[in-house]
Amino acid sequence: MFEATSINRKNLGWQKLFRFLLGGMTASLIFPVALILGMLIFKGAPVISFDFLFTSPTNGMTEGGIFPALLGTILLVLVALVASVPLGVAAAIYLSEYAPENWFTRAINLAIINLAGVPSIVHALFGLGAFVLFFRFGTSILAASLTLAVMTLPVVIVATRESLQAVPMAFREACWNMGATRWQTIRHIVLPNAVTGILTGVILEVSRTAGETAPIMFTGAVFFLPFLPQGVFDQTMALSLHLFVVSTQVPEMPEAVPYGVALVLIAMVLLMNSASIALRMYLRGKKKW
Amino acid sequence: MVGGTVVNEESSLNKDGTSRPPVKLGVENLSIHYETGAALENVSFDIREHEIFGIIGPANAGKTSFLKAVNRMDMFNPDMTVGGRITFDGTDISKVRNVYGLRSRIGVVFPLPVGLPLSVYDNVALAPRLAGLKDKAELNVIVERCLTRAALWDEVKDRLDSLGSMLSGGQQQRLTIARALSQEPELLMLDEFSIAVDPVTTMRIEDVLKELKSEITIILVTNLVQQARRLADRTAFFLDGTCVEVGVTEDLFTGEVVDQRTRDYVEGRFG
Repeated sequence: MFEATSINRKNLGWQKLFRFLLGGMTASLIFPVALILGMLIFKGAPVISFDFLFTSPTNGMTEGGIFPALLGTILLVLVALVASVPLGVAAAIYLSEYAPENWFTRAINLAIINLAGVPSIVHALFGLGAFVLFFRFGTSILAASLTLAVMTLPVVIVATRESLQAVPMAFREACWNMGATRWQTIRHIVLPNAVTGILTGVILEVSRTAGETAPIMFTGAVFFLPFLPQGVFDQTMALSLHLFVVSTQVPEMPEAVPYGVALVLIAMVLLMNSASIALRMYLRGKKKW
Repeated sequence: MVGGTVVNEESSLNKDGTSRPPVKLGVENLSIHYETGAALENVSFDIREHEIFGIIGPANAGKTSFLKAVNRMDMFNPDMTVGGRITFDGTDISKVRNVYGLRSRIGVVFPLPVGLPLSVYDNVALAPRLAGLKDKAELNVIVERCLTRAALWDEVKDRLDSLGSMLSGGQQQRLTIARALSQEPELLMLDEFSIAVDPVTTMRIEDVLKELKSEITIILVTNLVQQARRLADRTAFFLDGTCVEVGVTEDLFTGEVVDQRTRDYVEGRFG
């Protein structure tokens, strides 16, 4: 009584075809990732050593390590975070919890979307004009980090706003109904339950910041420095720019060095991404509704 | 006839002739509009201290909108406009500047229990804490008293630290009642509280409400006409954004009704 009609068979045929097609396309995504990682590890791993990570480059950067660049990237990311996270989270809270639905709010939202779409080289020129020249920070860690902060603000704002809006409206209403102000509601109910999403956004920002080259090229990062930066007004080396330099600017560079630098950079980013995933899984396990 | 609403004044007098308690909540020519249309039009009645005031009526009658207006939730709904006058202890609530003070004197219980993502203890301690109470011992007393009154203490006293949202539906609803009581409200508004609650728990909560009546005023919005009959001293019948009739509850079921639709509704002929 359940014999397939010709229509059934036709539907089943299409279903199988599309399942195969969609699955195949998804599987093909693995190839670029696997190839990049495989090649980097294969060619870069031999140069990775304690000395490579923790000493300065010598002999025209063809020998020695990458410590100043590694430290520089970490500093750039930290200062950028300090600048962008408070600003981005504050703006997102305002937009999600307070902003009335009017032309001004819509204009701000449009600005955020547009900010996310600005090419990084344009951010670099903005940073040069605004932070290096106008505010007279010079080419420095501060100017470079602020440029990175402006560039990644939309990431923080959008991630924070989405995690705030994922907190059910009923929680807010229950709170308002018992006489809580908007801020009390945010402080006691909304923020504690949105913190997972906010952290995820922050870590995404970190991995994006660490890899950027263009915005820091004109604003604070340099090819080579004989000493480590002593403060935020010093220039610094950075992994991403160092990779560009050792790949294209230095003659007779041993082939393994650029791969080694790239491997360190990508390992740093992947490490942060996995930290973000682990954190999200941990906090989701503690999800309260 | 007052502004389109029929108030059965004779029957709102006490039968033994004692003087009527003072008005807790006065409603005069209340209208509520949303961008999509009117939710309530030209409604007037008084709710007196220490009574359970029932509001019955089918969906879209304007019952929930009425509760929102009482608690000034129109401030959070830009498309909600409230006309007419609601007075709380004689004060026009639209003139109240400290709306947080007003709301903290009014407890609200929603149709579906909203267990805040906090521990059982923190759910009940939230309102006192928001009001500035920090003393641990005092908080303990309040939490135990409110949970006991909401008939939940015995079931949760050993797991006050577990999440409120992990309790069963009926327990969560009693938790929200305990939370509303922790505000020490003068007026308790329940919006179809028994929708997600089993019959046994419903009866327990109803017993709690009968006890509370001696201390506070209660507005009971309900879809169950028999629940209104069991609990409410007086009942208003809302239909399509108007208040068809207000009267002593028993009169709506057995006595004289002003409007035949009231009798039809309570006897289940429509709605």
